[in-house]
Amino acid sequence: MKQNGIKVQNLFKKFGDFTAVNDLSFEVKSGELFGLLGPNGAGKTTAISIMTGLLEPTSGTAFVGGFDIKSHINEIRKLIGVCPQEPAFYPYLTGRENVELFGNLHNVPKKVLKQRTEELLELVGLVEGATRRAGNYSGGMIRRISLVMALINDPEIAFLDEPTVAMDPQSRRATWGFVKNLKERNKTVILTTHYIEEAEALCDRVGIIDEGKIIALNTPQALMQEHNANDLEGVFLKITGKKIRE
Amino acid sequence: MNIRRINALLNKEIKSLYRVPATLFLAILFPIVLTGAFGLAFGGGSAIGNSTYTVGIVDLDNTVWSEYFIGNISENEVFVNTSYSDSETGENDLAQGKISALIVIPTDFGASIDSYWLNSTNPSTWTNVTVELFVDQGSLIASSAIPPLIQQLLFTTLYGESATNAPQSPIRLGNPAEVDSEHTTQFDLMAPGMFAFAAIFITMIVADAFTEQRSKGLLRRIQLTPTSPSEVILSSMLANMATAILQVGIVFAVASLLGFKSQAELTGLLLSFIMVMLLALISVGFGLIAASLAKTPGAATGISFIFILPQMFFGTFVPGSSDIGQLVPSYYVTDALTSILLRGAAITSETVIYDLLVLIVYCIVVIIVGIGIFAKFGREK
Ligand SMILES: Nc1ncnc2c1ncn2[C@@H]1O[C@H](COP(=O)(O)OP(=O)(O)OP(=O)(O)O)[C@@H](O)[C@H]1O
Ligand SMILES: [Mg+2]
Repeated sequence: MKQNGIKVQNLFKKFGDFTAVNDLSFEVKSGELFGLLGPNGAGKTTAISIMTGLLEPTSGTAFVGGFDIKSHINEIRKLIGVCPQEPAFYPYLTGRENVELFGNLHNVPKKVLKQRTEELLELVGLVEGATRRAGNYSGGMIRRISLVMALINDPEIAFLDEPTVAMDPQSRRATWGFVKNLKERNKTVILTTHYIEEAEALCDRVGIIDEGKIIALNTPQALMQEHNANDLEGVFLKITGKKIRE
Repeated sequence: MNIRRINALLNKEIKSLYRVPATLFLAILFPIVLTGAFGLAFGGGSAIGNSTYTVGIVDLDNTVWSEYFIGNISENEVFVNTSYSDSETGENDLAQGKISALIVIPTDFGASIDSYWLNSTNPSTWTNVTVELFVDQGSLIASSAIPPLIQQLLFTTLYGESATNAPQSPIRLGNPAEVDSEHTTQFDLMAPGMFAFAAIFITMIVADAFTEQRSKGLLRRIQLTPTSPSEVILSSMLANMATAILQVGIVFAVASLLGFKSQAELTGLLLSFIMVMLLALISVGFGLIAASLAKTPGAATGISFIFILPQMFFGTFVPGSSDIGQLVPSYYVTDALTSILLRGAAITSETVIYDLLVLIVYCIVVIIVGIGIFAKFGREK
């Protein structure tokens, strides 16, 4: 059986005196859709950067797909797809060329790449836009093409850092469908968001993160029950005394 | 190393070459404009411009003919004459840069012309003489422009103003330099440096491309795939060598259109080509260093000039000191290409081999240092 879970143990990340990730520990099971919910600056992106090998932790360890991030990052990179919070793309390439470039970098077989590119473009509604240079895209189109670029290798483990920020409601629903589809195909997904509804609608379990610490972790239902709240916003308010989004 | 990945990255680089206006300008249009502009300004033998040259004359003949020749020289607006009683003092002044050229009219100069006019159809009766010409080797303009002009004045002296085609002549103008000056224009002397000139700017293209990709988060995004840094850098090298190939072709085509004639044989052309490729690789290395030092794409452009300007002034056709030139790689390309293209030097000649060796060593060092610095400081800012 494939072991495509994630295990994070006592992770710390300091930038100078500032502690961005503060003793983070959690586990994501294989095939689970796990949400990291937290306000701006909570440390979500920093945590993802560490798990994907872009940042070295100050201390602590993490295993992705059973591989240690410190010693086996090359193995991990074959398993993962990452949709960065700031969408990065080549403005002088068309949408399709951007997608194909990253498919080639992942060594996706040529035939599969062609077919999958069309499928994914269709799913996010970018078939027509795909022939235009990405530099001319609207904010929402950029988000969508960036998501396709992240998932072109059909990764076993997907890291989606605020995938629906700056999307209109329709695109957001479409993206949710997309993410659910990943789960149906038994992929492990880690998703960060500061949208309450998103976490509630999508996630098997949610880790609520604030100031670099996990302050609560469970299924959305269990969290609401436990803290006697109507939604996750209420949960956050009860624990911290603040709102997630000011 | 994965061919497919390198190919995909290379493909992307090539697209940036013609889709990004700034890159297109630097890589392709700039060499065309540059070569074209200099070709039109300095090509076609009209190398003289408005400058004047002081010419020293030693008249060992002292006949009406020699005076007539001297008169012709002083009437020409380009020349200012000074006379010397012996050639030694003249050569001394030439060596010190007080005069640009020295002409020694031999004792039998008048007699030679008389012998020609006495029996102009029978060369065997002529008195053959050589007019010695010394030119300031340090001045490109003097060494290329003066000999053809003096030749022309000599021609007028002998046959008169109206003579059009050159018949046989009893008077020969001594060869002033190794170069075949009669056909060499100022532009010809500049052309070898132009090949180097274009490749130098690859530094800016590379520095800009890497800082752009870094600031947009693209380097990081590529890093999240199984792509290795060496694949990224190798594809950049290949793309920029392709750019250099294009540049060489363009400079060669434009220069040839404007009258540049290469004296090189096929092997010489090939080696010239290889040397420009080496310079292109060196430029990639410098570009990586500039990208590593710079925080923003704008700063990268500025820092690139630290590598570009010295190479431009000390290692191409742009006049500068050739002592400092020995420090910059473009100097060796220009030096070798001048020997090969202009003088038709063999690729086995000492200068050419020395230049090639220096370039190879330079290339290896700069590439290793460039990759090292980039891997350490350049990937994240
Ligand atoms: N390279 C860095 N140097 C210094 N501080 C940093 C660095 N990267 C992140 N931080 C700080 O660490 C904290 C956590 O940042 P992070 O980007 O992980 O938050 P986040 O939860 O992703 O927030 P958002 O919802 O706004 O994306 C912030 O206070 C941020 O300023
Ligand atoms: Mg973030």
